[in-house]
Amino acid sequence: MTAAELLRDDLQLVSGLVTPGCRVLDLGCGNGGLLAHLRDDRQCRIQGVESSLEDIAACIARGVPVIQTDLDRGLRGIPDGAFDVVVLSQTLQVVRDSRKLLEEIMRVGRRAVVSYANFAHISARSRLGLRGRMPVSEVLPYSWYDSPNIHFTTLTDFRALCAELGYAIEEEIPLLVRETRADRIRVAPNLRANLVIAAIARR
Amino acid sequence: MSEIPQTTRFARLTGSHQLACGRALEHIDVAYETFGTLDASGANAVLICHALSGDAHVAATTTPDSSRPGWWEEMVGPGCPIDTERYFVICSNVLGGCSGTTGPGSVAPGQERPWGTRFPLVTIEDMVDVQAALLDHLGVRRLLAVVGGSMGGMQALAWTARYPERVRSAVVVAAAARLGAQAIAFNAIGRSAILADPAFADGDYALESQPGDGLAIARMVGHVTYLSKEGMRAKFGRRLRDSGTRTFGLGREFEVESYLAYQGKRFVERFDANTYLYMTKAMDYFDWQPPAAGPLPRFLVLSFSSDWLFPTEQSREITWTLMERGADVTFAEVESAYGHDAFLLEVEQQAAFIRPFLERGLAEALSGAPRDDYVTGPQRPADCVTIPEPEGCLR
Repeated sequence: MTAAELLRDDLQLVSGLVTPGCRVLDLGCGNGGLLAHLRDDRQCRIQGVESSLEDIAACIARGVPVIQTDLDRGLRGIPDGAFDVVVLSQTLQVVRDSRKLLEEIMRVGRRAVVSYANFAHISARSRLGLRGRMPVSEVLPYSWYDSPNIHFTTLTDFRALCAELGYAIEEEIPLLVRETRADRIRVAPNLRANLVIAAIARR
Repeated sequence: MSEIPQTTRFARLTGSHQLACGRALEHIDVAYETFGTLDASGANAVLICHALSGDAHVAATTTPDSSRPGWWEEMVGPGCPIDTERYFVICSNVLGGCSGTTGPGSVAPGQERPWGTRFPLVTIEDMVDVQAALLDHLGVRRLLAVVGGSMGGMQALAWTARYPERVRSAVVVAAAARLGAQAIAFNAIGRSAILADPAFADGDYALESQPGDGLAIARMVGHVTYLSKEGMRAKFGRRLRDSGTRTFGLGREFEVESYLAYQGKRFVERFDANTYLYMTKAMDYFDWQPPAAGPLPRFLVLSFSSDWLFPTEQSREITWTLMERGADVTFAEVESAYGHDAFLLEVEQQAAFIRPFLERGLAEALSGAPRDDYVTGPQRPADCVTIPEPEGCLR
């Protein structure tokens, strides 16, 4: 199986937004699957950031350069504009200061590809609004007490933050992710998509 | 100085060797050990650089006469993380050392007494130049990896600056691009203790009557800097030796005191005070920058959470510098309570990174690169010969 075939659907879409040959930083790169794919199939210069030592060892075995750091420390030390694209895959909601991290991302990179769970998805709304329970779903599989997710956002709220920070959303891919497939949502995305991938750039 | 194992071999570099200080050394003897075999492609050579008090004996081999375990015994050997069945491993005693390689304790050509402090001050770069000459002698054109911890990590960094074309990758463990004032201060205390010992005699002492009190104190200070606060608390706490009651005397009562005294005493039996002065000075002088242009090797930088002598922050600094330079760099901090000593003790934790790093590097070396990159030639230069053990060398 090629690296591309092993990628999760959402990572495939993320990868599609990365121009071949550019310098990519993947924050929370896990076992380095996306980066290895970007290196092998899209000739990118790659760098990962990860906090799990186990994942770092997996990255090394793949030849993916990776730096252990906690994203709550920010990206201090990484030079301004060192990367063309910074990827942040479903991680924005777990850091202490999501807004500051987004600003740091746009400091070290010219563009960013960010994916995040949409808390305004209908299943979350109905679970919270009708049943009065915290949402648990495909993309938010945790209970409130053990969830690493501490900053929930919605598609509309993410757009608002980008506008406030002066970032242009160049591309937005709302998705409905289910067990075996991911479908692109074009109508009423803030209600029907549970995951959003956005490519943003400084204006 | 220390007993040199049977497995150690010697090479004599006979040409004139220019040093950073401006002086030159004619003929340098190098004590080294090798493990495994250089394969036909020549791509599997790994150079291991030792720290301040290390030597060429990184591991004992399987031969029955190998006297004592090496200083990185669990890391290097058949089936070990640095697997001698796959890699050709080289380790040599550094220039200025006291375990077989020419240093202040050696007798200069045509002289009767050891060099003493007439020996030129050497730098980390000088040590690396001698290693490069040894590799020429061994027919190794290009290293799969140069690996080192602490002062050995500094040598690995120096390799990447001086011979970037000769190293595919560097493993830099618990090291720094340059020492901070705190680390230099501890080195200065160690040196002061040696220099203040009446037996020092301007460095012109006979080895059997070396300034042992000063050297022992230097080692005691060093040892404290190698341990961590939590490690010392766990190991000694406030425990008293013997009776467990206070004697209201000035003798060694706390367990930590007798431990340090023992470490100091043992060190004096195997290490030359002048070498201690030279090694610490070489570390203090070290100030590394990656080369400004040209391709760089791949880097693996490791640090330990409780190491306050070479703190994680300094490993991160190396990492950021390399990133800025566009190098392929991996960094990880290993959790450990062993302080700086962790690089010798936490073998498995380091191996989790070092093993795949070397394996991947070898696979890439064998698949991708043009062969003549690292192929060995009839490299043995005329100015380097293999010699039996030098005179006066302790076995």
